[in-house]
Amino acid sequence: MLKTYTYPRYDYRVAPEIAGGRSAKVPVVVVGAGPVGLAMALDLDLQGVPVLLLDEDDTVSIGSRGVCYAKRALEILDRYGVGDAVCAKGVSWNVGRTFFRESEVYNFNLVPEPDHHRPGMVNLQQYYLEEYLVARAATRRGIDLRWKNKVVSVTQSATGVTLTVETPDGMYAVEADWLIAADGARSPIRRMLGLEVEGKIFMDRFLIADVVMKADFPAERWFWFDPPFHPNQSVLLHKQTDSVFRIDFQLGWDTDPEEEKKPENVIPRIKAMLGDEREFELEWVSVYTFQCRRMGRFNHGRVLFVGDAAHQVSPFGARGANSGLQDADNLGWKLKLVLDGKATERLLDSYSEERVYAADENLMNSTRSTDFITPKSRASRAFRNAILSLARDHVFGRSLVNSGRLSVPSFLVDSSLNTPDEDAFTGRMLPGAPMDDAPVEKDGAPGWLLQSAGNRFQLMVFVDEPATADTTALSQLTTDGIPVEPLLISRVAATACALPLVHDVRGIAAQRYDTKPGSVYLIRPDQHVAARWRRFDAAKILAAVARATCRQ
Amino acid sequence: MALNLNPNFSEAGKRYFSAYSPGDDFYELLIGAHRDLSDEQSELLNARLILLLANHIGDIAMLREALAIAREGV
Repeated sequence: MLKTYTYPRYDYRVAPEIAGGRSAKVPVVVVGAGPVGLAMALDLDLQGVPVLLLDEDDTVSIGSRGVCYAKRALEILDRYGVGDAVCAKGVSWNVGRTFFRESEVYNFNLVPEPDHHRPGMVNLQQYYLEEYLVARAATRRGIDLRWKNKVVSVTQSATGVTLTVETPDGMYAVEADWLIAADGARSPIRRMLGLEVEGKIFMDRFLIADVVMKADFPAERWFWFDPPFHPNQSVLLHKQTDSVFRIDFQLGWDTDPEEEKKPENVIPRIKAMLGDEREFELEWVSVYTFQCRRMGRFNHGRVLFVGDAAHQVSPFGARGANSGLQDADNLGWKLKLVLDGKATERLLDSYSEERVYAADENLMNSTRSTDFITPKSRASRAFRNAILSLARDHVFGRSLVNSGRLSVPSFLVDSSLNTPDEDAFTGRMLPGAPMDDAPVEKDGAPGWLLQSAGNRFQLMVFVDEPATADTTALSQLTTDGIPVEPLLISRVAATACALPLVHDVRGIAAQRYDTKPGSVYLIRPDQHVAARWRRFDAAKILAAVARATCRQ
Repeated sequence: MALNLNPNFSEAGKRYFSAYSPGDDFYELLIGAHRDLSDEQSELLNARLILLLANHIGDIAMLREALAIAREGV
């Protein structure tokens, strides 16, 4: 098994606390160097916060696990410096086919939305993503990544956290101002602190397998309801990179996972599905039980939970790693402001508020997909099958077929950090929205709006030409030590400009943000809209920054 | 007016950010209405629902078209 990928073994080093006996309090410890923990460390590094990142293992994820990375996740990975590597290695796919019993019901083509840097999604085995994130973290001096360092106890006080860490050379203690638990669905940190995760476990299991195809097979997503080779259940086939395909077989509840995982039981299933003549090799196999649950809140005193440690969803719709990356995106800048004393811990309550809202949306979509894929009653099955029979000929039927809804970011429209509109705007860039990308030029070179956004508060100022901007007022936007950096978005090209500037060559940014000359958008460090107005008003902008940082 | 066979769900005052959301909202309501019912009770619920909706639509030509399409696929 495992032919296409060689697992890296990362070097374990003796911890300085053991080697030299020294020990100092660190600002932040992140536990778990999976995709979310690594993202968290890179986000904090962009904020200038040193991070101690601990992982009990010394390699990347075994088996593909997370497969599909959606546009918002790719945009976040761009900010962390690994977006290009993921997109270059990943597989883009547009065509999805849905089968019911013997035949194809319909297919769809998710043509990428034009004029965005990143596509709707790419497929890539999780181990590649982790490898790229580890490589990136290794270049950052602020990230101290320690393999084979396992946290075995945790206690917290009002001012910090104390951890005991076990290594091959013995134990040591670490004190930190803040602990971020990115230690997965079974989160040992959560358990050690006696915290609960609430929700339901679906009475269903899926067998997931990575298969290497010897022959060409299209880069498409195939989903079967009740196929002849696996009656009464569902099956998903999805292309990954290196000719590896991911197959998910629904097993039902009355099966023995250990028995089902055996190659002699897995291989006949795949043969039945592909037809006997197609050559393949099994790389990895696992059994997955659906869980849809989350913690009541994601911050507990000095401990913050991100990713699967905080919330778990069913795999259909790619909401695990995608939503975990958005947790990191949301938390990094907030923790920085709290560490610097520029915001109170209330700002971390807003991390929980906003990401619980997003988790609930993800749980809802994931539960709906699960209810469609695995009907729980005769009536539910009858409706499901009726929709599939209508989908062949009728568009409305297709829109109701739910074999997983692709992860899209939450619009945090109810967030207490937003300043409600007082001016009229159309379109979807309302306060709380994740920024839409747009093609722009910077210094005459083609690029993207999102490449000029992120990591600090910014004010996008839409102008006909840069000369009309009030350079003095725009360069003095600061409140309580939090600067707001202007970003002029100009309809005409300009060279000499004292302020950061991009050229909205085709007017697409102005169109997507529904702006007129003089319109301004206050943007959070995580590329979300905080507020917007039809004209510049420094007092209103600074009040909105205060609101977006819980300082009012 | 012909029978509308395009996606047509929406709720007044609700803002959608994904095309699939209104249809999924409806489907969850529909399946939720059947929760904890026996098969017989579910059949009765479905029959009552069809009658309520048919009366609301009222236009018999349209109902005839819907019945024909529904029957084709059975």
